[in-house]
Order: sequence, then structure tokens, then C-alpha cells
Amino acid sequence: MATVTLRKLEKRYGATPVVHGIDLEVADREFIALVGPSGCGKSTTLRMIAGLEDISGGEIRIGGRTVNDLPPRSRNISMVFQSYALYPHMTVRENMGFSLKIAGRSQAEIDKAVAEAASMLSLEQLLERRPSQLSGGQRQRVAMGRAIVRRPEVFLFDEPLSNLDAKLRSQVRTEIKKLHARMQTTMVYVTHDQVEAMTLSDRIVIMRDGHIEQVGTPEEVFRRPATRFVAGFIGSPPMNLQEALVYDGALAFSGGATLPIPPEFRNQVTAGQKVVFGLRPDDIFPAGHGLHSGDAAAVHTVELPIAITEPLGNETLVFADFDGREWVSRMLNPKPLKPGEKIAMSLDLGRAHLFDADTGRTLRK
Amino acid sequence: MKFPRPSAPTLLLLPAFIVLAAVVVVPLLLSLWSSFTPFRLTKPDSIWIFVGLRNYANLLSDWEFWVAFGRTVLLLTVALNLEMLLGLGLAVLVEKASRGQRVLRTIMMFPMMFSPILVGFQFKFMFNDNIGLVNNALQALGLTDRAIPWLIDGNLAFIAILVAEVWLSTAVFAIFILAGLMAMPREPMEAARVDGCTPWQTFRYVTWPFVMPFAFIAMTIRSLDIARAYDIVKIMTDGGPAKRTELLWTLIARTGYADSRMGMANAMSYFAIILSIVFTFYFFRKLAAARQQIGAEW
Repeated sequence: MATVTLRKLEKRYGATPVVHGIDLEVADREFIALVGPSGCGKSTTLRMIAGLEDISGGEIRIGGRTVNDLPPRSRNISMVFQSYALYPHMTVRENMGFSLKIAGRSQAEIDKAVAEAASMLSLEQLLERRPSQLSGGQRQRVAMGRAIVRRPEVFLFDEPLSNLDAKLRSQVRTEIKKLHARMQTTMVYVTHDQVEAMTLSDRIVIMRDGHIEQVGTPEEVFRRPATRFVAGFIGSPPMNLQEALVYDGALAFSGGATLPIPPEFRNQVTAGQKVVFGLRPDDIFPAGHGLHSGDAAAVHTVELPIAITEPLGNETLVFADFDGREWVSRMLNPKPLKPGEKIAMSLDLGRAHLFDADTGRTLRK
Repeated sequence: MKFPRPSAPTLLLLPAFIVLAAVVVVPLLLSLWSSFTPFRLTKPDSIWIFVGLRNYANLLSDWEFWVAFGRTVLLLTVALNLEMLLGLGLAVLVEKASRGQRVLRTIMMFPMMFSPILVGFQFKFMFNDNIGLVNNALQALGLTDRAIPWLIDGNLAFIAILVAEVWLSTAVFAIFILAGLMAMPREPMEAARVDGCTPWQTFRYVTWPFVMPFAFIAMTIRSLDIARAYDIVKIMTDGGPAKRTELLWTLIARTGYADSRMGMANAMSYFAIILSIVFTFYFFRKLAAARQQIGAEW
């Protein structure tokens, strides 16, 4: 059981910084996901926690102990790799028992631990196989089994589902979630897939260019994104974002359209301020085909021409033209719409977001 | 008279058969036949006298032949092991080099660019007891005050030949093992570090099993090489002193050409080939097992 603390953690390759002094506190037994686009430094951060990369500055503490200069083997961690990283010449049983064998445990102890992990991941039938005789999903389960057997203080996952196809991915995702519920161990999980991050974690860390943009629960980062980047990154389809000017008590868009200032932000903006207006597809819908946040007064209706529709069965994604830009809206209880048709769209401004156009930070207090 | 016209496949394959027969099959049969005769190059007619297995029977009790045979096996064993250890060390070092790896790889292969004959001459000079580099260096360093008779003492001469052989061919191992190291995925090694391995344990349990098939390929090639070793020995000691460094092929060449007992030499050759086949078979089996172990896809 352990906390993980990063203080001013830095990584430079030569003169090029890739992680810029990040701070993070992972609580004991917490499942935390590091998420961000490729090259944001999330994998590097994880590898620094594992001890596979040297750190260029700052401090890493695991369970209150500074581990900056400790080799991976002394950190009491387990890691699951994207490419599984199984030992090709060992059977599943040997792969899983390897760390205990190295640690000099007795054969009886190893057998017991392996059997336990194997039953947890339903690998009993595969114990005598070699990795080359397993499918991708099975290999990843073995990699997880190998990590479990060690009974580490912290589990590290480096994009463990990226090499799996979509169906397997959701299966293994569920298994990871069960695993966390059962093991009650601190887990740090790196992914570029926001769905994995949202579904699995207690808290999400969103990274960009070696900085942390926001740390929060899935609910927080979705409902109250701290920056424009987070707003665009979390959520699918992504939030509609458009620049506007605060003018005459309203938001004026470059094409001439205007919207009222969302109620939450009325006192946060000043006339002449450049802002970015954001509204999720769920919060803009053909009138009568969606749910608003509860404040009916905040719902604003405009007539918009339909560009295209993507029916998904239970709902339809409607692409409508707003001030020269295509906005995505989610239509519940869909009815057929024709491209070019003008329909009344409800904009739930009670759920709208405003960001400073220069800094990208939210204007919400 | 009319011949039946041969079919197209027969016609098309015929040239290959004729060439193969002329170049391989006929000489092979001829040499096999001559090993059953007392054929001497000085008496061409003797090739027609059939003596059955007499040459082979004589060989079985020929002490000189079996000593040369044993010495070849000894050289093979010692040289292969030394070359493998040194080659492995070299490959690991070069693989660790973060810059200049290409240059190092090229330099590593330099010994292979020289003719074994020239290497033989060079080492013959270096191990010369009077003017040789080795004795001069040893004396200059004060390690000895006398001239060590490197190529004159039988055991020392064997060591000198071994050194030349190892110098010439360690690169073969180094290159194969380096190829293995470079083809190796990095993640299992990282997993091993996380799993609690020291660098040595990582090497022992993860890296080495992966690289082993590559080492076995080098072993197969080099075992054939050494089993037919001739040139370096011919130049450095010519099997001397007093046949104390005689190997299979120096003995065979001497028997066939100097003593002109070609029938007997051919009988020896067939024994020598058996040695090569045994080693090749052995290493190929090891290679197949090692490959299967790592689930290699090649």
C-alpha cells in the first residue's frame, strides 16, 4: 500500500525538456490515469516512476520513500507494458513466477502465488504454453498476472490495451477494473484513450507538452474543464469551441452571430474581452430531442441549417452550421432530418464553457 | 534408328544434372573409389588395384592419425569456446556504445578482411623466439628474461596457433551475437529490471536465451571452419615441431601430396568429413531447440 508523490519532476533529453517540473500526489489505493496526446510526456513520467528513465530534476517518492536513485527492482512496483514484454523463452507459468524466483522464494510459494493469479485472470488452462502460442488478449492477461504475482505497492500500466482490437480492449478494460477492486493497490495508468481514462480511474491527469493541464475526477474534467485543451480533449465527439468577443452584454462571433453570455459567466467577463465559447454536443440539440441541465431559463434557441447527419440508431449526430463553423449536436429520440433543412436548436447555456482566448484557461470561478 | 524424344522437364533439367555430375558426383565417387585402392600419385596405374577396406583398417590402428584427429577436436573445442566468450563480450560492449557504433562494427571486422595465410605469417613473426614482438614485449616488461620458444615447443605452438585462430575469427561470433542483441526487443529487458533482476540476472535469464540461436549459427559456421583448418597451421608450424601441432588436414595433405599416398589420404578425408557432419548436426539441433524456445519467427 503506498502513495506516489511527484515533486517538480523534470525530464530533459540533452537541452530539450520533455517533462517540465510536474507535481502530483497519488493517494494510497487510488487508480489514476495519465492521459494526453502522443508526445505529452505521460509515458516518460510513468517510466521515471518505474525507474526505467533517469530523472533530470525533482523528486519521486513511493510510500514516503524517495526513490530517485533506486533501480527499478528496489521500488516495489510492477509494470504492464504496451507490447506485453513477456519473456519469449519461458512458459506462462515461468513468466509469472519469474520475479519470485529471482527473489529467491521457495518453489511452493511460487506455485501458490502463480496459481492464485492464474485463477484471478482465468489463465489456468494456459500455464504450460509459451507466449508465441497465445493471442494478444491472452498475452496481456499473462502480463497482468506477472505483475500481480509480485504483490507490489504500485502497479504501473503503459498503454496496456493499445495493441488489442476494440472488442478485446473493452474486455480487458473490465478485467483491469475488477483487478483494482480486488487488489486494492495504487495504480498509475497511462493511455491516450480518454474512454479508458474515464471508465477506469478515480482521477485523471491530463497532460500536454510536458505540463499537467488538469487533475480531477472523470466528472470534474468532463463538467469543469480547466483549460480549452482539456475541454477539446475529453469527450467524444469533442466539444464545439469557437472564438467570440464580449460585446454589448453578449458574445459576438466573427460571422455576425450572437449568443447571450452564459449565466455562470456573467460576472467573469468584461466588455471587449476575447473568449472561447464551448458547448458539448450533448448540450445542443434539436428542440425537444435532448435533456437540459435543469435551468430552463438558460436554454437559448436558435435556427440553424443542417449540414449532415450521422444516425447511430439510439441517437443521431447532427452537424449544423453556426456562424460559418460546423457544430456537432447529439439528437436523442432521433427523427429523420434533411441536409439544408433549418431547424430550431436548443443551446443549454447553463452547461456552456468560456475560456480566455489568450491563456486558454477557464473563466469559471 | 530413332530415339524416343525426352520430355520437356527431363530436357530442361539435363544441363543441371550434367554439370553437377561433372563437378561433384564424379570426383566424389572417384575419391571414394580411390580410398579402396593403394593409389599413389607417382604410380597412376595403382588406382585400379582394389584392396577393399585395407586403408580404413590401417587408419583405425594409426596412432598418428588419431592424435591429429583428437588435436583437431581439441582446437575446435577450445577455440570455439574462447571465440564465443570474447565475441560475446565484444558484442555487448559495442552494443552499449551510444555513438560511433558503425565505426566500431567496421573495426571489429578488420581481422576477417585478411587472408589466413597472411595472418599465419604475421603471427609466425610475432611469436618468433628471437625477433618476435611477443618475446620482445615480455622481456621489455621484465616478465621474463629468456626467449620463450613459442613455435618450437609443441604445447606453446598449439597455443600460438590458437591465438592466431581466435584473433582471426572472434569477429564472426561478435557479429552474429551483435545482430541478435540489436534485433532483441527492449521491453522484456525492462520488464526484467522491474521484476527485480540485477543487470547480470537480466543478461543471464532474458538476454542470453534470446541471443543463443545467433551464437549457435556462428558455432556451426566456425566448427566447419576449424574442422578444415589448414592454412594458418601450414604457415606457422607446418604441423611441427615433430608433428606436435599436426591437425587432420595438414596430415591428409602431407599423406596425399608429400608422401603421394592419395588412396590413404582420401580414406582419412572421409573420416574428417564425418567429424564435420557430427558437429554440424549437433549445433543445428541446438539451434533448432533454441529457436523454438524463444518462439522465433525466422
